[in-house]
Amino acid sequence: MPEISYRQAIKDALAEEIERDENVVIIGEEVAQYNGAYKVTEGLLDRYGPKRIVDAPISEAGFIGMGIGASMLGVRPVMELMFWSFAYVAWDQMINNAGCVRYMSGGLINVPIVIRGPANGGTNVGATHSHTPENLIANMPGLKVVCPATPYDAKGLMKSAIRDNDPVYVMESTLLYGNKGEVPEEEYIIPLGKADIKREGTDVTIVCHGPSVGVAITAATILSSEHNISAEVVDLRSIRPLDEETIIESVKKTNRAVLVEENRPFCGVDAQIAYLIQNKAFDYLDAPVQRVSTIDAPAIYSPALEPEQLPKAANVVDKVLAIM
Amino acid sequence: MAKEAKLPINKGLSKEDQLAFYRDMVRIRRFEERSLRVYQQGKIGGFLHLYIGQESIAVGCASLMGEHDHMITAYRNHGHGLAVGMGMNECMAELLGKATGCSKGKGGSMHYFAPDKNYWGGHGIVGGQVPLGTGIAYALKYKGLTGSCMTFMGDGAINQGAVHEAYNLAALWDLPAIFIIENNGYSMGTSQERSSSHPEHGLAARAEGYNMAWEHVNGESIFAIRDGVGRAIERAHKESKPTLLEIHTYRYQGHSVADANAKKYRTKEEIDDYRKNHDPLNVYRLYLLDQKIMSEDEMKEIDNAAKKEAEDAAKFADESDFPSVESITEDVYWEADNPDQRASQGRLFFND
Repeated sequence: MPEISYRQAIKDALAEEIERDENVVIIGEEVAQYNGAYKVTEGLLDRYGPKRIVDAPISEAGFIGMGIGASMLGVRPVMELMFWSFAYVAWDQMINNAGCVRYMSGGLINVPIVIRGPANGGTNVGATHSHTPENLIANMPGLKVVCPATPYDAKGLMKSAIRDNDPVYVMESTLLYGNKGEVPEEEYIIPLGKADIKREGTDVTIVCHGPSVGVAITAATILSSEHNISAEVVDLRSIRPLDEETIIESVKKTNRAVLVEENRPFCGVDAQIAYLIQNKAFDYLDAPVQRVSTIDAPAIYSPALEPEQLPKAANVVDKVLAIM
Repeated sequence: MAKEAKLPINKGLSKEDQLAFYRDMVRIRRFEERSLRVYQQGKIGGFLHLYIGQESIAVGCASLMGEHDHMITAYRNHGHGLAVGMGMNECMAELLGKATGCSKGKGGSMHYFAPDKNYWGGHGIVGGQVPLGTGIAYALKYKGLTGSCMTFMGDGAINQGAVHEAYNLAALWDLPAIFIIENNGYSMGTSQERSSSHPEHGLAARAEGYNMAWEHVNGESIFAIRDGVGRAIERAHKESKPTLLEIHTYRYQGHSVADANAKKYRTKEEIDDYRKNHDPLNVYRLYLLDQKIMSEDEMKEIDNAAKKEAEDAAKFADESDFPSVESITEDVYWEADNPDQRASQGRLFFND
């Protein structure tokens, strides 16, 4: 299987869906002529022309809302946010409109839109450019949230997101775009709502998503080589729909859980997962569920400190050792 | 009014057409009056934003809609729904939160929808629907259909950022969008003078900044409305260009029925003057009588029929069942409502 980058995998998914369905259109700031701020859409304007690849002015509420309106009439727009931090400018459109129109119309209107772009920190861009709001969006019914961690997942999940009849918000990560991984040449899709066991283990379950998957795998490697502990890494892949079954089955097998995410701890995604585990696998637990999150402050700029603020493999190892 | 009735767009109107306009305006007014009484009986929850005084706009605009012309509006949305052909029963039942309502009791007063009639609904956040309407216009152009989308907003919406972002997109991308400010003079309880900085030429002149065509329209004349809106539709169809229309109108009631100060932020004289001299329904009624297009008796008949229809709708709504508790989680996700075709195995709802 050829190895391609996470960035290329997303681009391939977009291109294949543009070719498959004439209603798919890419809209966002600098996605066309500039070839994408993070080069995810590089070359697509040349291949598909300005009708399918559209540069939007800097006006997130306007163009995201416009995409939602177009989706109500059957267009399937894939909207790029240059950063997920900018989603807040379009929050009314993304939550009140995309998330509620189907409900308020008694099911008469569908909103088949995809909103995608980079989230997360780690690139020293400060508080306003480092947000990862999957917990906020997952809190809103009507919306789906996907956080792919590998090139293979990114391609398969993006294709599912575009074909989905509900609004799907895909969070990529600036740090992941250059990562390479095996992606088959033949077409495949990954259904939303199916977690993936990235590494099998027997002693502890590490639940993670997005860039935290890399942190968890590093931690699992250290645990194995230095402490003879076998950790199972469960990558959620999508937050909503949430694959509860895979999490619970893994915890029933390992009897311990450490949860890792880049959200802040207060009302984070892992708060939901911890509740789920105690509710459905309490009798299987040999120790309290532990969490590793971002330190609860806005993203710090200082390149020396940002890595300290984000979840680290060493933190995960410490939490695992504390409950063994 | 007599002069405006002879404008080119109105010349070909038959007696039946003109009768239909009258009937549609009367139906909206009687529906609204009846719903006010139902509200006062305590049967309607939340808000109720009445359209009384503005009926000429929804009816005038709906009268010009062709196969690919669409409408979307804000929370004062009952008039538009009835004008495009929604039934009083489903509309009244929605106010009472009944399963027979147009949105199965899930939308309420501010959220009527009838996409089968090209009506994309009422929306609760001031200005939030304006990018959506622009997107509908975008979709028409993308699909190569000759049509337009009329996006209605109040004068209060004009100061929202999303509205201006949408204006810019519509003008920049030559979209067949028609933005209609129904200017009734008040942003909730704050007069236009105290809420909007604007030039002598009014709110519509803000379109100048976007290189977009604009026009003022006299909302008391349904013929003037058809004239102004007709030009905008033609511009949308032939040139795929947007227009901003400011239609001057008035509302008798408060911002909503819950508006306790409805009579304090404007004078009794102001309301009386409008009722006596500018009420679009009354102005049109006098015109029809003057031109001998309709008799008092015919009008009485239309009025009685509308009252009965509203009365029956209130009864229908009253007697309808509330939605089931199970329905609370229906219509949230397409996927959950179509289990045979769903792809995922994950959970979408978290209620335990």
